[in-house]
Amino acid sequence: MAAKKIVLNFPKEKIDKPIVARLIKDHDLSFNIMKASITPDQEGHMVLELIGDAPEIEKGIRFLKEQGVKVEPLAKDIRVNWGKCTQCGACVSICPTSALYVKDRQTMEVAFDTDKCIACELCIRPCPPRAIEVHF
Amino acid sequence: MAKTIAEINEKIKKGQAVVVTAEEIIEIVAKKGVAAAAKEVDVVTTGTFGPMCSSGAYFNFGHTKPKIKAGGGTASLNGVPAYTGWAAVDLYLGATALPADDPRNKIHPGEFAYGGGHVIEELLAGKDVRLQIEAYGTDCYPRKHLDSWISLKDLNEAVLFNTRNAYQNYNVAVNLSGKTIYTYLGTLKPNLGNANYCSAGQLSPLLNDPFLKTIGIGTRIWLGGGVGYVAWQGTQFNPHAPRLDNGVPKRPAQTLAVIGDLKGMSPKWIKGVSFVGYGPTLNVGIGVPIPLLNEEIAKHVAVRDEDIQCAVVDYSEAYPQGKPDVLGEVNYAQLKSGEIEVKGKKVPTSGISSYKNARIIAEELKEQIKKGDFLLTEKVADLPTGADSPKFKPLNERPTKEGN
Ligand code: SF4
Ligand code: SF4
Repeated sequence: MAAKKIVLNFPKEKIDKPIVARLIKDHDLSFNIMKASITPDQEGHMVLELIGDAPEIEKGIRFLKEQGVKVEPLAKDIRVNWGKCTQCGACVSICPTSALYVKDRQTMEVAFDTDKCIACELCIRPCPPRAIEVHF
Repeated sequence: MAKTIAEINEKIKKGQAVVVTAEEIIEIVAKKGVAAAAKEVDVVTTGTFGPMCSSGAYFNFGHTKPKIKAGGGTASLNGVPAYTGWAAVDLYLGATALPADDPRNKIHPGEFAYGGGHVIEELLAGKDVRLQIEAYGTDCYPRKHLDSWISLKDLNEAVLFNTRNAYQNYNVAVNLSGKTIYTYLGTLKPNLGNANYCSAGQLSPLLNDPFLKTIGIGTRIWLGGGVGYVAWQGTQFNPHAPRLDNGVPKRPAQTLAVIGDLKGMSPKWIKGVSFVGYGPTLNVGIGVPIPLLNEEIAKHVAVRDEDIQCAVVDYSEAYPQGKPDVLGEVNYAQLKSGEIEVKGKKVPTSGISSYKNARIIAEELKEQIKKGDFLLTEKVADLPTGADSPKFKPLNERPTKEGN
């Protein structure tokens, strides 16, 4: 069993087609809708978690693309707004992966290594100026 | 060979003063010795930038037509209540004040997204702030309601007045309990999951002049990017905290009450922040220049992180219950290494006060003095540092019949 989170963007002419229903049926997948919305210009936006056999998930994603749906992996994007960050360091001992870390023990500069971040969001609320942002 | 502040100011005016930061002086004293350093260097600059809860600002927003008297009524700025117990159009806004409709810790830990500190930062950023007043009306001040936008430049006076800042040393907070706790020293993970400290250590103003020989009432300081003054001793001022041989107190000790024109300050250095589960507060930047008048003062400013010890305190039990228990002592070099040992366990550390920004403040003040833009002042009076000064004591609670 595998799971994959994806971001789907449906063009206007496709939003009333039963694409997701076929995806699920034909590939024997189950799913979680994490987010769904229709933009003002009638495009569909959906964040979906697909659960099933790994090869079927990949086939399903290929099917979506053939239908004209734009598919991207969900990388929840944690960013530090350096303009807001006070360089206190409160996040450093909270972050489980040391993605937030003290870069230089002389100046005590706090830095962020995106590659190490697992988007657990533990750092978001403890940051006093709320300088750490979640982008989807 | 002693110097006077007047002599140092003459050198500053001529652009000849030798000014270094509290970090740079360490090296100079180590290389050349205290005597040579005291002779060569005129001023050492310090800095600190951290959350300082006992902060706030007062404003005079000018009379309305017809006139209103806020005193005795209620007032708010962007929904955050301000203190009105003054005359007609003066208000004080405290950094930790919260809007009436903030859910606080109803769902623990509360978010506390916006409070007094944030309003002060927004005013500094030049934003419009909504002022609302409900008054009872008098013959001379008939108006009962006011709802108006104001901005910093419209105010007659806007004065930052903080009653307790620049703590000389502070606790290291840890959590011995089994669940996460949310404190003014940040989020503390269970079972000694982390240790948070809050001082600029070797750069911190009062740790560089432990007996306040040069800092007193009237001392001009760098405050929030502008100019401020030491107004008084800060509240909870405690010169009697136990000290190390170098004079540095090992526990939270002396503090400063500071005052300065908000209009000259910057939102970069006066910043609203908020601790989840605790509340909003204000990050304040302070830099204090220390004139090297003699060798004794030179010896003190050479203090290093490893020479400053502080206490590790359990914030799940000892601190909230007012118990004096201490889990151990560590120094700032250990704290800044990223890990300390508490009860035999290695615990990762976090600063709450920004060392990086403390450095920038000390550097900025240094440049201002070098350029002749910042002159030193003679203190007008000493702060009560003597052995006979009052002790900082807890409340002697005398329960009333009605409330118990
Ligand atoms: S989201 Fe988690 S992993 Fe990423 S920086 Fe924050 S605490 Fe670290
Ligand atoms: S807790 Fe927030 S303000 Fe402090 S260093 Fe981390 S990101 Fe910056």
